[in-house]
Amino acid sequence: MNTMNTKLSVNNTTATAKKGIFSSSRIKANIRTYTMISVLIGIWIIFTVVTGGTFLSSRNLALLARQAAVTSVLAIGMVLVIVAGHIDLSVGSVLGLCGGVMAILQSKMEWGVIPTLVVTILLGTVIGAWHGFWVAYKKVPAFIVTLGGYLMFRGVLLGITKSVSISLSSPILKGIGQDYLPKGVGIVLGALAVVVTAITIVRARASREKYNLEVPPVYQTVLKICFFSILIIGFVLVMNHYEGIPIPVIILLCLTLIFNFIATKTKFGRCVYAIGGNPEAAMLSGINNKRYTMMVFILSGFLSAIAGIILTGRLNAATSNAGAMAEMDAIAACVIGGTSMMGGVGSIPFALIGALVMASLDNGMSLLNTESFWQQIIKGLILILAVWVDMSTKKSNR
Amino acid sequence: MIIRTVFKVCTQTWADKEVKTLDEYILEMKNITKEFPGVKALDNVTFSVRKGEIHALCGENGAGKSTLMKILGGVYPYGTYKGDIYINNQVMKFQNVRQSEDSGISIIYQELALVKELDVGENVFLGKLPGQSGIVDWDKLYYETSKLLKELGMDINPHVKIKDLGIGQQQLVEVAKALSKDAKILVLDEPSAALTESEVKTLMGILRELKKRGVTCIYISHKLGEVFEIADRITILRDGKSIGTYDIKDINEDRVISLMVGRELTERFPREKHIPGEVVMEVKGLNVYDPDGTDSLVIKDVSFKIRKGEILGIAGLMGAGRTELVTSIFGGYPGKKTGEIFINGKKAEINRPSDAIKNGLGLVSEDRKRFGLILEQSVATNTTLASIEKICDWGVINSNKEYLNATQFVKELRIKTPSLGTKVNNLSGGNQQKVVLAKWLMTKPKILFLDEPTRGIDVGAKFEIYNIMNELVRQGVAIVMVSSELPEILGMSDRILVMCEGAIRGEFDYREATQEKIMYYATGGR
Repeated sequence: MNTMNTKLSVNNTTATAKKGIFSSSRIKANIRTYTMISVLIGIWIIFTVVTGGTFLSSRNLALLARQAAVTSVLAIGMVLVIVAGHIDLSVGSVLGLCGGVMAILQSKMEWGVIPTLVVTILLGTVIGAWHGFWVAYKKVPAFIVTLGGYLMFRGVLLGITKSVSISLSSPILKGIGQDYLPKGVGIVLGALAVVVTAITIVRARASREKYNLEVPPVYQTVLKICFFSILIIGFVLVMNHYEGIPIPVIILLCLTLIFNFIATKTKFGRCVYAIGGNPEAAMLSGINNKRYTMMVFILSGFLSAIAGIILTGRLNAATSNAGAMAEMDAIAACVIGGTSMMGGVGSIPFALIGALVMASLDNGMSLLNTESFWQQIIKGLILILAVWVDMSTKKSNR
Repeated sequence: MIIRTVFKVCTQTWADKEVKTLDEYILEMKNITKEFPGVKALDNVTFSVRKGEIHALCGENGAGKSTLMKILGGVYPYGTYKGDIYINNQVMKFQNVRQSEDSGISIIYQELALVKELDVGENVFLGKLPGQSGIVDWDKLYYETSKLLKELGMDINPHVKIKDLGIGQQQLVEVAKALSKDAKILVLDEPSAALTESEVKTLMGILRELKKRGVTCIYISHKLGEVFEIADRITILRDGKSIGTYDIKDINEDRVISLMVGRELTERFPREKHIPGEVVMEVKGLNVYDPDGTDSLVIKDVSFKIRKGEILGIAGLMGAGRTELVTSIFGGYPGKKTGEIFINGKKAEINRPSDAIKNGLGLVSEDRKRFGLILEQSVATNTTLASIEKICDWGVINSNKEYLNATQFVKELRIKTPSLGTKVNNLSGGNQQKVVLAKWLMTKPKILFLDEPTRGIDVGAKFEIYNIMNELVRQGVAIVMVSSELPEILGMSDRILVMCEGAIRGEFDYREATQEKIMYYATGGR
């Protein structure tokens, strides 16, 4: 099974390499998207065949989406941190600590839902600011600072929970991790998404036309709209076939839209990519490197808190080892999604595909009752292979 | 003395042979064509080098010199290009760098391939450390290294780490490394771009020494003065085509320049009459401390004024503190500074580059790849980098505004780029420099600092940059130009400051300045 997967990826490389020679940079980017997506589809096909269709059942896909949500939320923040030229090893521990604090506030101290959520999110944000302060203003390497955070905040969690799991009693908090959107609402949202996507694509095309930029043929634009519409409708229908769209997935989609907008369309995003691409040139261009570095870590802390809330809700309890190794999954997701560890290059949607690859492997192998040591070995291998495929595609496109 | 006599004997024997070997080509590259997606980098280029000569390869940036050398060096393996390479009349099909090196070719690229944390000896023998069964014979290594260095007349201790050497000496270590590999053909790609005058002299001496020993040398340089000093023959490339090969005796600098750019350049510096206006900036008693925390000063008590609509040239040798001066005025130097800066008569607090930009200052820094550009990002992104506010509505980038601004500068500065979305990494040096200029022009500066504005770019692009400078001066911008090229300082500035050891040692009007006077003050004379 594993070897089949490898072969698939290799074939992909050569095919794209041949195409790449004559392509412009725009098509190049698309080819990379297709590479990652075809790796994902390859994994799905293999699991579907091997599990006799169980993998593609709507129940399992809903489960898969829910599983991917936590890693994905972390990966959003991680992309920003890595693009800025740093790393955040603490997100798993911060996730765990925020979940623990939430459970204590809610079930032991009997706080209301809103104050609990506010304080939990605030906690994550403050921890992010702590890391950011050391990295940006005290010039301690991020690897060291967040390694320290990784140890410290796991320690705090063990201290406050005394290593016992604390269950939630609020159905709302539990719902954040476990509930589904009513099917009707899902359909309405899906329809809305289709309309918005179509408008966005048409407007982007019009804008390119206006400035005499290279415009793809009309049929390609129509195909693109159809493709995304089918994707969205298909997603809603599959989810509705089971219970509806899971709430964590809705949260994830919202965060993705917001943060992708921040990364690609705002001054903030532009500066983060500039700092990661060349810190000295950014500084001499009048960009305040320290402030943006600090903000990136704050965002990472904020997202860790949200991931903590989702995970604790899903498990309906805070445990002392919640989120252990989650930072590694998040980093792996970013890297599979083409984020450069050198900084300056990376994309949030791609990182989410990476997270989906990791979650699919977890899910599929669990369905097959693969022993957990095998799961780890295969995930590690896929990580290396995926990055290798990505790098060789880039090289042959040069 | 003994070594010298040995060389004399060698020279004589070579002189005897020279007659016979005159038309013997050690290297011939015939009908080389190399295509990249969308670009023909080399178009039917033929390049022949005689045994034992110093052969200069000249051309504007993007003419195809580096591509040709990469084919020779096996970086682009056989099959990715059309045409044939002959070495001593044998067809060569290099699959990789190793095979090229094995046949005696050694290329020293602009970006040196030395390990900074290792010492000279280790670097010279990197990849073929002497010794048996994996155990290094350190005594032999250092003995051989010092022997090699001595033969070449290089005064370098083989135990010194590369990072502690100046860039000039690093270059010499590269030469030694190439010779330790028994190189028959030595290619130097822009060796003198970062060297001081005395370092260039040492390099020239060594190249002559090598010539006497029969090493063939291909010398790529923009500095025609050096080319005419050292080369025997010269080949000119333009737009990927070979324009011709000439004996250095049969051609002059102006002719080479016109062949390179494809047109006659009547003047190299377009001097215009400037009418300086009021003082826009005054620096009083500026002291800048070493960023390492010691009390040593890198800038000592510097005071000067700049007027609207003039070009102030700052001359000096490497390490005279010119870059430190402009970077610290701009707020981008890590060391502490004291002193006062007045802009339009008002005292200005400039602690970081954003303060400087607000005060109407711009800085085109010395090393564009390191300090000026984000190489992996597009022309548009780089152009708007220092004025993101101008293309944003409430912190959100307005891509129409970005597009319009970037297009305007691409047109005005005639930046040759396939599109606004092209990564600056893919542009030629001259166009990259124009992108940096565009970035600063977009901030609408009143005072523009240019640190080595034409380093490493070709004659045509240089001329265009001079014209842009004149246009800016006409618009009332004050320009401060730091340059190591004296002709440029003399040709473009209205006033000239000469720096030495962190202090200003002399000031001239351009009409009374000469190269000799400037050098006198730059070397510390008083």
